[in-house]
Amino acid sequence: MSSPKQELQKLGKKIADDINKGKNPSIDIPVRALSNIVYDQKKCTISMGNAKATRYFFNVAHSKKFMQTAEVAAISKDLVDLGKHASLRDVFYMAKRTIPNTKVNLVDEQSETDKAIEDLELVTECAREQLNINANKMGSVAGRVIVEDHGDKIDWSKLGSGGWSIPSNVEDVKFLKSDAKYIIYMEKAAVWERLHEDKYWEKQHCIIMCSQGQATRGIRRLLQRMQDELKLPVYVLTDFDPWGIYIYSVLKYGSISLAHITEKLSVGGCKFLGITADDIIKYDLKKHFIKFEENDAKRLAQITKYDWFKDNKAWQRQFKMMKEFKAKAEIQAMSARGISFISEKYLPDKIKNQDWIE
Amino acid sequence: MAQTKLVDDKGEVKQGRIIADELATKQREISVSEFFLKNRHLLGFDNPKKALLTAVKEAVDNSLDACEEAKIAPELKIIIESSGEDRYKVMIEDNGPGIVKEQVGRVFGKLLYGSKFHRLKCSRGQQGIGISAAAMYGQLTTGKPIKIWTKISPKRPAMYFELFIDTRKNEPNITKHEDAEWNEKEHGVKLEIELEAKYAKGKQSVDDYLKQVAIANPHCHILYINPEKEIMEFPSVTKQAPKEPKEIKPHPYGVELGMLMKMLKDTKASRVSSFLQTEFCRVSPAVSKEICTKAMVDEGIKPMKVEPHEVEALYKAIQGTKIMSPPTDCLVPIGEDALVKGLKKEVAAEFYTAITRPPAVYRGNPFQIEVGLAFGGSLETDELVKVMRFANRVPLLYQQGACASYGATVGTMWRNYGLSQSKGALPAGPALILVHMSSVWVPFTSEAKEAIASYPEIMHEMKLALQEVGRQLGIYIRKNIRAKEQKERASLFENYIPELADSVARLSGEKKTELIASLQKMLKKSMPEILREAAGEQK
Repeated sequence: MSSPKQELQKLGKKIADDINKGKNPSIDIPVRALSNIVYDQKKCTISMGNAKATRYFFNVAHSKKFMQTAEVAAISKDLVDLGKHASLRDVFYMAKRTIPNTKVNLVDEQSETDKAIEDLELVTECAREQLNINANKMGSVAGRVIVEDHGDKIDWSKLGSGGWSIPSNVEDVKFLKSDAKYIIYMEKAAVWERLHEDKYWEKQHCIIMCSQGQATRGIRRLLQRMQDELKLPVYVLTDFDPWGIYIYSVLKYGSISLAHITEKLSVGGCKFLGITADDIIKYDLKKHFIKFEENDAKRLAQITKYDWFKDNKAWQRQFKMMKEFKAKAEIQAMSARGISFISEKYLPDKIKNQDWIE
Repeated sequence: MAQTKLVDDKGEVKQGRIIADELATKQREISVSEFFLKNRHLLGFDNPKKALLTAVKEAVDNSLDACEEAKIAPELKIIIESSGEDRYKVMIEDNGPGIVKEQVGRVFGKLLYGSKFHRLKCSRGQQGIGISAAAMYGQLTTGKPIKIWTKISPKRPAMYFELFIDTRKNEPNITKHEDAEWNEKEHGVKLEIELEAKYAKGKQSVDDYLKQVAIANPHCHILYINPEKEIMEFPSVTKQAPKEPKEIKPHPYGVELGMLMKMLKDTKASRVSSFLQTEFCRVSPAVSKEICTKAMVDEGIKPMKVEPHEVEALYKAIQGTKIMSPPTDCLVPIGEDALVKGLKKEVAAEFYTAITRPPAVYRGNPFQIEVGLAFGGSLETDELVKVMRFANRVPLLYQQGACASYGATVGTMWRNYGLSQSKGALPAGPALILVHMSSVWVPFTSEAKEAIASYPEIMHEMKLALQEVGRQLGIYIRKNIRAKEQKERASLFENYIPELADSVARLSGEKKTELIASLQKMLKKSMPEILREAAGEQK
């Protein structure tokens, strides 16, 4: 496989060749949509299909996006040449400018460069970290692990109340020592803080990890590596709603928009710990329900039909119950039963009884 | 209930009879001219600026009507000169048929005299009060008589008159009458009125008025010299003179009760049935029979003998009887072609359109609506659209807000047609709208003939016409904007090229200048195709 630098040059050469031959410059970009997603039942991951869309420069509807992709590629090439890394936000500002003699900005919002970067990953078949572009770091971890990162030794059990903040590029992290038995990844930073304060990871010999909402690539890659290299089971703890379940879905099977790099990110063995419909009943959480909004119901219907869920009886049972409840519940609802109920009773019981869904 | 009694300053109770007698000694006949002298605002002489305009307007109306009646292509010359502080001399000359000696006094010196009041015909003047009122206004404010030159044939000498109006008797008083030298024209009338007035430019000015006359009368030639000695010439752009308007009798639906009584008294017909058939249009023997039967009035009795309650019954019967619509060949529209020509010669715009609606009827009076529109070019972009209003080709400059044409324009949804418009206001944008109503009887809201009354039938026709030109405007604007957008897009690509070339050069290591040259060559070659694709996408 050729290096990211070679891939970028190849793309440049292709466009330059089009121009020199008098052909409308074009780039073929794989389609990032559910329609172009293939679920591999054996590997239990989703991956990108073969559908591609051709983007042309001399086309009123494409020209701006075409320029954005070319410019982001050029920025990435410059970064690689210089050996420096930029954040998504940096790239946005590097590309942002008004095109001379017009009122048109090359990009107006960061979402445009973010999309162009995703396109570039697909075209070059390189993850953005390889293209020297990093996401913002977000998320914390604590537990009985010692790692080395860029020459520094870090003990995850001795980092005070904040834990270790997970970098966006975790390729260089080395695991030196660990006696943890499992990892819990949770959707809510507040819940992580609760467990950390209760020293849950110390009592249970485990690792606790969180981000805010959807897991970042750094976290997904770190989880994958710990699962594979430390041979630890990964448990997922989210709210009881379609969005929480999708967080689990992304971790386990990959995301639709990043299906091209699923192999590097998916945590195939992860298990859904809760909150399940059965937990709601068992711990009498119905009184803390939040009524479904229209988009909740819509999202639930979509998820129910995903290839990787549609034949899974355990999950279909959960979806059916959620649909009947017409309501969702947050992890923190557990606090109604006592501030440390989650760390002293709920989680130890769930793990002990192997009460999870796969 | 106690009767209230009047008590005089001596405390004596006056008898009703005595009061009536006393009043009678004070009452005397008020002449028409005296009445109008006291109510001159009714005739459009309420302020000095308007007085100047009204004087010109009345003379122009008369001249154009006379020329058209005599099938002469009108040539008018109008000169306004300052003759002292707040005083102007208005001179108007036409090439019409002239006026015979015997009629001069009555035409210019007697109010409500004229050939127009007693008939239904599409002519500019309607009541025959205008020009004599102008003469009277001049006399009142400057003490000068109206001066008249008239020539009826190249073979006969012109005659010159000076004339005052006896305002009490409503009679002309000719103070001078002599032969005169006037050789420039074969026939025609020349007037000179001196009056207290004010000259101003802009809205509601004589300049503006004559320009509008030229638009609605593209067959006539006007030469105008204003008090600032500016010469303005409005040439004729069509040889096609409007067809001569046909006169029609009133339609029964349009007659009012009082009018019906008067007509019954004045008629020469000997029976009610023949009265109905001869004095009105569209009344056949069968229809007159139906009316009389419904009203329970004997068809055979003399019109004089019809009792007041029977007149009322007749009036009601008419409303309840199905009568054919009046003939419409009496209408004289300007015509779509002539309207566009008229607009083109006086308004520098990009787009012109006009619509002539089929004839319609309100209260038994046939009428026809026309709307013209000019868009773009030199017209102001950020202002409200100008509405030019016309009744039988005469521009209406005052009382816009009270006019049916204004109401109909405001009530049209111009946003659908590409102009912006606030609620309850005229649209805004670089456009001019012209609304013309041609009718044997234009229903003005006042004697000053400034605004057309908003009869539902009239409003309806106006709206339909406005919508039709609006649609055409919409099509033009959309097409125009699309062409403009495409041009902008083409120029965008030109500016995109250096950007892309820069990115590709950094990425591939090729030379930026060469990439730019190749891309520019490609753009030139494939531009039509790119635009076609873009247009296809819009659909």
